[in-house]
Amino acid sequence: MNDFVQALGTAATLIGHLDAELREVVVLSLGVSLSAAAIAFAIGVPFGTALVIYRIPGKGALIVTANALLGLPPVVVGLAVYLLLSRSGPLGALGILFTPTAMIVAQTILGIPIVIALVHRMMVDLWATYGDVLLVDGASRLRAAGSVLNIGRERLITAFLAAFGRAIAEVGAIIIVGGNIRGYTRTMTTAIALETSKGELSLALALGIILIILSMTVSALSYSFGRFLTGR
Amino acid sequence: MTHWCRSLRAFAIILLASLSVSASAQDETIVVASTTSTQDSGLFGYLLPIVKEKTGVEVKVLAQGTGQALDTARRGDADVVLVHARSAEEKFLAEGFGVKRYPVMYNDFILVGPKDDPAGIKGRDVAAALQAIRTKAAPFISRGDRSGTHIAELALWKDAGVDIAKDRGPWYKEIGQGMGAALNTASASNAYVLSDRGTWLAFKNRGDLTILVEGDKRLFNQYGVMLVSPAKHPTVKKEAGQRFIDWLISSEGQKAIADYKIEGQQLFYPNANDPNA
Repeated sequence: MNDFVQALGTAATLIGHLDAELREVVVLSLGVSLSAAAIAFAIGVPFGTALVIYRIPGKGALIVTANALLGLPPVVVGLAVYLLLSRSGPLGALGILFTPTAMIVAQTILGIPIVIALVHRMMVDLWATYGDVLLVDGASRLRAAGSVLNIGRERLITAFLAAFGRAIAEVGAIIIVGGNIRGYTRTMTTAIALETSKGELSLALALGIILIILSMTVSALSYSFGRFLTGR
Repeated sequence: MTHWCRSLRAFAIILLASLSVSASAQDETIVVASTTSTQDSGLFGYLLPIVKEKTGVEVKVLAQGTGQALDTARRGDADVVLVHARSAEEKFLAEGFGVKRYPVMYNDFILVGPKDDPAGIKGRDVAAALQAIRTKAAPFISRGDRSGTHIAELALWKDAGVDIAKDRGPWYKEIGQGMGAALNTASASNAYVLSDRGTWLAFKNRGDLTILVEGDKRLFNQYGVMLVSPAKHPTVKKEAGQRFIDWLISSEGQKAIADYKIEGQQLFYPNANDPNA
């Protein structure tokens, strides 16, 4: 129990001092994970919607795949992205291994199946209720989909947050493709892994507490944003 | 798509762009693949700001363990390697992946274990100590990750006449992780473990662990540094990489290494001038 009390104290001190290195780590964590979630969102929403509104060959297989990939282990994604981006790999010429960009790529891959699965689920429900009505009224399929997505916008926020949550919490992929380089690719989770390996357990736990606070802040902001959108 | 979906996307693009700009802004940057011991002991945290000031080279360190660090370099993903397993380093050179190996510094390995020492190894030589651990089947944590320390541990078992592949039992646990994780595991399970002294001195979660065997000449731990061959990988930043190496082995760099202390104890001993190291 002592460890937890000590960690709370350390977390409070860290937040109070807000030293430059911690700030850098926090900004990088948020930047990488928000970017990855946003890109996954931008790709996953049209994809998940198309699966519902169009007749697509092999649709069932695609849906099963997206759902199966929800359990994709981050370390496998990290390894695959590493092999692709390595100088000896097919995309080595880009030279982006061990950079924040590589970390965004890995986390985006982790986020896409989540967004697709959640948006697909939502559209199945809403399209049955509103889609046909809108089509009968003479709207094009795309316009009708836009209206239905607008109706389900609060659930879209949930999809975004789920992708963000997966990204901000994972360490397996970014430690491989980012390399946990101090001041450059060190995030909250890789810093926690490092401090644990140094035996600085209460500092590691304190960083974990700060990470939870960050997640809660993002979640609260999205929630208020959703309420603002629906005018409630 | 509603307008806020679009603004989210725009936000993502701006973020991505700003991140890649900050990546290309530093040109004199090299990637050094190294071992967990150089990071966990705090050496790099202390040394890199000095390197930046003296040579203008910004060093990004990957702390990976010797085997993985050499593999990273083989793939062309690092400019310099700084590791500690002479046999593995010489193989790397022989394959043509390294330009030249320079000895940099040494410290030593220590056998760490619980204070009550159930196998009674305190103060014995390392071979006798390992035999005692084997005989008593006392819990022992092995890195099991092809790191320099793991390679050294396997050589020490062999030297002690123990065929660990055959004699291992439930008492011998390979955890496949870094030095810090191995020490955490040993601390939590009151087991014996081989550690480099640097990581041990910087390690905070010792619990009941203490140094039981040290000072045996077989426990010597040499670090070497190599530039990755630009002939194999043209993307290697050879000029900046060599500048970093030249500084490490210069009298100024060697003094900086010697000056790194934790609680008054020196962690690494520079020996770039020793041709046999």
